[in-house]
Amino acid sequence: MVRVAVVRFPGSNCDWDAYHAAENAGAEARFVWHRDTDLQQADVVILPGGFSYGDYLRSGAIARFSPVMQAVQKHAAAGGAVLGICNGFQILCEAHLLPGALVRNDRLTFVSRPVWVRVERTDTFCTSAYARDTEMRIPVAHGDGCYVADDDTLRLLEAEGRVVLRYTRGENPNGSVADIAGVSNAAGNIVGFMPHPERYADPLTGSDVGAGFFRSIAGWIPGGATRSIP
Amino acid sequence: MTYRVHIRVVPRAGLLDPQGQAVEHALAVLGFEGAGDVRVGRAIELAIDAASPEAAEAAARKMCERLLANPVTEDFSLAVEG
Repeated sequence: MVRVAVVRFPGSNCDWDAYHAAENAGAEARFVWHRDTDLQQADVVILPGGFSYGDYLRSGAIARFSPVMQAVQKHAAAGGAVLGICNGFQILCEAHLLPGALVRNDRLTFVSRPVWVRVERTDTFCTSAYARDTEMRIPVAHGDGCYVADDDTLRLLEAEGRVVLRYTRGENPNGSVADIAGVSNAAGNIVGFMPHPERYADPLTGSDVGAGFFRSIAGWIPGGATRSIP
Repeated sequence: MTYRVHIRVVPRAGLLDPQGQAVEHALAVLGFEGAGDVRVGRAIELAIDAASPEAAEAAARKMCERLLANPVTEDFSLAVEG
């Protein structure tokens, strides 16, 4: 059974949702406190949404230096899977585990609503359950979600097919360059995106279109090829 | 010796700065003519114990590179007092 560690920072608030979605999909989930350096043999680490350290300085900037992030860096360097959702994506960018940065939404307002996104990379541990170019409507909830990167980085991301999620149907909620909602590293074992599939992973909360991310994780074979679970 | 260091962090030139745009718009609405290219960043002040102003500046520069500024989106400048 795939072991999922959900990291809790002071200010994380989507930790239980991520835990629940992972368990529901058939993975074995546990929480890891930000001061811990033991990931409890996790195959997949999830950095959940929230406002770690009150978003002081910049979103994710302080969390990046948490003791647990050293363990996450090691885990990722060894090929372990890491998913950052919303604040988790911001932390991964601040930690330079993913390229680019997330800055203030272009209209300065906090955006909290479901938006249309398209899954463009499906050979990762967290997207393999989806067919390429699947479109779905899942919630975003962020004030600092405008993805930016320099031109060389953007060219590389597009050329290597590393844009995992893209806002579609004219729904870019934050001014992100090229409508980018989420990216991966080259190997695909590190993924970050702004939308919250864990909030749409159970019919109880209105929709379960996001459950596929967690089914992907539950069906992931660590160190092996990805396989999809329908 | 303790040195006071003033650090300015601003969004990199060319990068969209929605806060700067909003402030620029507000200034125009208030009738302040001719104000443009507004950038909103942050100021950080701190005291550093160091052997010389140069050493204080070098230390502050490292702090900026590591934490206080995001190298992807922000530029910083610093001034050491005294």
